[in-house]
Amino acid sequence: MRENDLLRLPLPSDNPLEPPADWERLRSRCPVATVELPSGDKATYLTRYDHVKALLADPRFVRPTAEDAGAARIAPEGAGGPAADGSSPLALPDRGEPHLRWRRQVGKYFTAKRMTALRPGMVRTAEGLVDDVVRQGQPADLKAGLGFPLPVYVICDILGVPAADRDRFSHWSDAFLNVSRYTGEQTRAAYDEFAEYMAAHIAVTRTEPGDDLISMVIKESEGEGQGLTDDELLGTAMGLLVAGHETTANMIGKMVAMLLADRTRWERLLADPTLVRTAVDEALRFDANLGFGIRRYLTEDVEVDGELLPSGTTVVCSMPAANRDERVFDDADDMLLSRSPNPHLTFGSGPHSCLGQSLARTELQVTLDVLLRKLPTLRLDVGVDELRRVEGLLVGGLSTVPVRW
Amino acid sequence: MKVHVDQDRCCGAGQCVLIAPEVFDQRDEDGIVTLLDPSPAAQEHAATREAAAVCPAAAITIDDDE
Repeated sequence: MRENDLLRLPLPSDNPLEPPADWERLRSRCPVATVELPSGDKATYLTRYDHVKALLADPRFVRPTAEDAGAARIAPEGAGGPAADGSSPLALPDRGEPHLRWRRQVGKYFTAKRMTALRPGMVRTAEGLVDDVVRQGQPADLKAGLGFPLPVYVICDILGVPAADRDRFSHWSDAFLNVSRYTGEQTRAAYDEFAEYMAAHIAVTRTEPGDDLISMVIKESEGEGQGLTDDELLGTAMGLLVAGHETTANMIGKMVAMLLADRTRWERLLADPTLVRTAVDEALRFDANLGFGIRRYLTEDVEVDGELLPSGTTVVCSMPAANRDERVFDDADDMLLSRSPNPHLTFGSGPHSCLGQSLARTELQVTLDVLLRKLPTLRLDVGVDELRRVEGLLVGGLSTVPVRW
Repeated sequence: MKVHVDQDRCCGAGQCVLIAPEVFDQRDEDGIVTLLDPSPAAQEHAATREAAAVCPAAAITIDDDE
């Protein structure tokens, strides 16, 4: 690639498990680059660990919203819906003191202890799904059979939604995020259905509380007199679904594919299952197909690597490129299942870092534990070169993960 | 080893509790970090260092001289 070629996201790579060759060059020679997004808008692209981490953790800046008229959009007008263009109808505070208040009210549900308490239920759900996969015979698509349903079932449990409605949640989640399969109109229709469903669910929960997240937030807010409104509860539920379903579903598929792509990795875990915890974080770091990054809209001038980025700039922080930065990670291009510490940026950094990261880690650990125990002979049914990326722009993943056992 | 936590920086990610549950906990009311053991025993040092290194808010500091 010539220096003056305009880079277009997403950057090409040899196969969906390999990082784009451009990252290495950008980190060493052009850590503050100009790129074109699929919408045609231009943005500044950061690939070095220190730069990405500093900007993600900077409390002054957040993801662009509909009010930031000059911000670069990811997808062309009309496609992708609320998650892609920031025109979310949600009433979620996204910055400053109100964001902190919301984050602490909801965040207390996601403590590590509470996630550990959810673990036995997750194990039962995962075992049931694996049993179904085995019953339906091989080869099987592990993403459809386990990766996609597990996180949405867990989110439904967290929201107190009955098991019978799980498939509707799967559909809504897909429609919110899949920018190529659904039109803007279909996405809006899905949102209306979801909002109607959740409004009824919140009303029922107010009269018959359980021990789910919605009940907890309602109960506590009554005590404090400054709790979340119904709109904020709806926004919270949608945020959890959008942030927690497709991301985890894809990560389950990619994690298993990465471990099976070089089967010595899988065998190492079979020999020593205590490596599951560090292996999960290494899979999170090593994932080169994470989507192209998180946007930050600059509301004041910032200097990065001696370069002045003026107010009004949209910055794309590439966490997966930063996660391969040799300045921070020894043997960054090797997947080391025992890597520790592993300060990867896959969940972001600072006040906006992923609220559900303990949940995601627990789901990924449970997935690996259950698969290693129930399907030790698991292997990929296709070559790595035959794996295909999902269509859609926001969340990187594999369209299928064909396996045998 | 002496451990310090900065509750104003903490974003409640809970990584430290998953890694070193003998040393760190989260407050029930808001998920913010609390210190169970500011001077952890030697067998906890590796996990405590790992927790400090991966904290997404850089809210954990370790002083080896104290």
